[in-house]
Amino acid sequence: MIGFAVTIALCLLALSLAATAMRGLSMASVAIYGSSALLCLALVLVGAGTLLTHADASGMRIPIGLPWLGSHLHLDALSAVFVTLLGVGGAAASAYAIGYGRHEHEPHRVLPFYPGFLGAMVLVLLAGDAFTFLLSWEIMSLLSWALVLTNHRADETRKAGYLYLVMAGLGTMLLLLAFGLLAGSGGGYDFAAIRAAKHSPALAALVLALMMLGAGSKAGLVPLHVWLPVAHPAAPSHVSALMSGVMTKVAVYGFMRVAFDLLGPVHWSMSVPVIVVGALTAVMGILFANVDGDGKRILAFSTIENIGVIFTALGLALAFRSSDMPVLAALALTAGLLHAMNHMLFKSLLFMVAGAVLNATGRRDLDELGGLIHRMPKTAFLALIGVMAITALPPLNGFVSEWLLFQAVLQSPKLPQPGLQFLVPAVGGLLALAAALAAACFVRFFGVIFLGRPRSDVARDAVETDRWSLAAMGGLALLCVLAGILPGFLIDLMAPAVDLAVGARVPVQGGNSWFTLIPVAEVRSSYSGFLVMVFVAISGGAVAWLVHRLASRRLRRAPAWDCGFPNADPVTQYGAGSFAQPIRRVMAPLLGARETVTMPPPGDMSAARHGVQTEDMAWRFCYQPMIAAVFYATTRLNALQFLTIRRYLTLVFGSLILLLTGLTIWN
Amino acid sequence: MELIENIVLQALQMLVVLTLAPGLTGLVRKIKARLTRRRGASVLQPYRDLARLMRKEVVLAENASWLFRVSPYMIFAATWVAAALVPTFAIGLHFSWTADLIAIVALLGSARFFIALAGMDVGTSFGGIGSSREMMIGTLAEPAMLLVAFSVALVAGSTELSNVVAFMASGDVGIRVSMGMALIALTIVAIAENARIPVDNPATHLELTMVHEAMVLEYSGRHLAMIELAASLKLLLYVALIGCVFVPWGIAPANAGLDGLIAGLLLFLAKLVALGFLLAVFETSIAKMRVFRVPDFLGVALMLGLLGTLLLFVSRSL
Repeated sequence: MIGFAVTIALCLLALSLAATAMRGLSMASVAIYGSSALLCLALVLVGAGTLLTHADASGMRIPIGLPWLGSHLHLDALSAVFVTLLGVGGAAASAYAIGYGRHEHEPHRVLPFYPGFLGAMVLVLLAGDAFTFLLSWEIMSLLSWALVLTNHRADETRKAGYLYLVMAGLGTMLLLLAFGLLAGSGGGYDFAAIRAAKHSPALAALVLALMMLGAGSKAGLVPLHVWLPVAHPAAPSHVSALMSGVMTKVAVYGFMRVAFDLLGPVHWSMSVPVIVVGALTAVMGILFANVDGDGKRILAFSTIENIGVIFTALGLALAFRSSDMPVLAALALTAGLLHAMNHMLFKSLLFMVAGAVLNATGRRDLDELGGLIHRMPKTAFLALIGVMAITALPPLNGFVSEWLLFQAVLQSPKLPQPGLQFLVPAVGGLLALAAALAAACFVRFFGVIFLGRPRSDVARDAVETDRWSLAAMGGLALLCVLAGILPGFLIDLMAPAVDLAVGARVPVQGGNSWFTLIPVAEVRSSYSGFLVMVFVAISGGAVAWLVHRLASRRLRRAPAWDCGFPNADPVTQYGAGSFAQPIRRVMAPLLGARETVTMPPPGDMSAARHGVQTEDMAWRFCYQPMIAAVFYATTRLNALQFLTIRRYLTLVFGSLILLLTGLTIWN
Repeated sequence: MELIENIVLQALQMLVVLTLAPGLTGLVRKIKARLTRRRGASVLQPYRDLARLMRKEVVLAENASWLFRVSPYMIFAATWVAAALVPTFAIGLHFSWTADLIAIVALLGSARFFIALAGMDVGTSFGGIGSSREMMIGTLAEPAMLLVAFSVALVAGSTELSNVVAFMASGDVGIRVSMGMALIALTIVAIAENARIPVDNPATHLELTMVHEAMVLEYSGRHLAMIELAASLKLLLYVALIGCVFVPWGIAPANAGLDGLIAGLLLFLAKLVALGFLLAVFETSIAKMRVFRVPDFLGVALMLGLLGTLLLFVSRSL
């Protein structure tokens, strides 16, 4: 299996090189995207095959890399879950890109980086030593950075690219430190060696904190999320889908690999920061999604929310595991993994929808869209499934993972630590708040883009998107529905990975009542998405049929009523800003929202202006002080550039003495 | 044989909630009218309204999409299924394990989702104002409701309503502070969710403070009938929920005989009348709030829900 997987990864990297050679060929984009899609499908086979056959972990070593180490590659159940996730997301994005890529003005700015990006992500998942992991991680970061810069002439894209580069660099540096600490002074960079070594509690805490910062910056944890809502939307939509749907999950994998596998048992208190940061990320992410006016940026903010939900689940799993409750840890971890998979499905779908709208209208701003359900009915239908899934409505897939997570939260009184007992219900409340805010956010997203009347000429003249894109979106929508009504299969599929991480699993779901989700025995509750769907469909369908049959089926089209004063101007509709107003007001302190009204002086007939500003607290309380400190330090250190040669020599001598003294004391 | 019996019972439950729902709405209206010294329409008036609306033709706005026409049935179906999963006269029904309290909340969330989308479909300013305010109210009411569900689940050890009711009726519960808080929180949520005074006024039309009515302004004929029926069902659902969790006595246990079922049904009717009366008294004794006071009102529910849950984490006997 591992050989097959590595071959696919290397093929994807080779495809990148081929793409540079194919510049100018008219069929290049179809060839590259088509082969990427096929390779990703093969990845699904490898991943799902490993999980289904319960294959043992397999590894191999190729003599590239550090001379004494080479590159270890490794495929176990945990990698396999994420390889499957990557395969599905990558195949859908590539199939979508076959159609979407036709509209690109400069395809050679995307093509050489795209398959390599996929390949690098596979290698991160397969890495069996710290060196391979970090190298692939860095390639993944750099190639995605290049993809973000596709439309590099736009000023904001360049800013986004810069911010991304800084944050990615910071993240990799922190990961480097984390793995350095894990490897210890002996330099055992092989994962097997790290796993075998004993780590002191202080070291484990430090490593976990570094992983939170390093992997968290890539995943978008608050307050390291600031790059995500600008960089993800700047890329072409299929790349946005990959970055949001898949790359953030690769970061989750990195965290899981260290926290659950390499680090060994950790103290319970270390789950607290994971849970707290996760819950805060969930709420802050979706709050900002609620007030933003740019379709793709809304989706990026919602990615931050979902990452927060996943990390909360991981934190709960850590807490349960450290208190020796493996079955409950398995419940929380299953919720987290399932949510990662679900989020990949619906977020990729929604980014593709945003891309289709962008192609049809050229607009991302919600306030220039509207009424697209008439012009793009198929896209609108698939988008509706996507928003229903992401707002966790039964019977779709988003609800299943949220339900499992709530059940895990409800088991927290069993935890022995009073601190956690107080924390977890509050976190449950925050998660519920995030879920409700997500509903408001996506009613606004769908309602303003697809419903109502067109707010611009381009929206009025939009046309349906191409067949490749529709097929890719349709596939993902179908998976959203299937994963929602029959979640048991996915849970059974993931069970080996859960077992690997926490040493237990939730009961086998695919038994007699295969359509019902029955988590661990402690929960004493069940949920059947399949039956809910059947009930809703039958009762809704039967009533509709009866009403049409027995009552009246007459229908007349007339102008809108609107209380007798319909206004012909589409501007009078509720738009992105006005829909967000109640929530913006209620949550103003959290959003840093300020409203300004500028009135003209008396007698002046010009219009008054109403402005709204929101401010991310992370900038004010985290980044601005940091930037100020760096500026202060650099201006002070600037003096060092203008010294005489004697002083420089003194400095060199002084630092040499200092280092040698330090070394002596150390020894 | 047992399966058939179970299915019949479940179908009976669905029919009971469906037939009683407009009656409850009519009853509350009647009592409110009597309390304000009006004679009021008959309790049966909502049934007549529904029949009239069903017979009328639908006048559809010119740019209404298919979503606008499908939504009433979706809203109705989601609410009906949710209402059918709340124990009314019997527990242990065959399909009660299909969805627990969290799923019932989520089903109501689906109904809200579709009604808010329908409000935005025609592209009028009234529809938008209703949708955006409804979502704001939902943003606060839903977490409060889930926290109530948490406290109840922590006491009863399950989120499955049949299990909850069986535990509550067993008499091991006693009087608990946390359950008192949960009751107040649930009542506030129920008032907000059902667009009752002081959050919204079900009797008003053409007012800038309206929320529910603003969303459904463009609906007519059979579509409006479905939405009105769904609104009645939602009221019945919340009344039944408060009844079954906090006044669980008399609900027929699983495998009860025919007389047990009949007694359960009669007691359920009595509970409906009593709680409907309380609702009417509450509504007539309070004034409508400004929209931006509603978050404070719902904030109380949120805090009580959280406090109740926290108390239970401190001690399971509080």
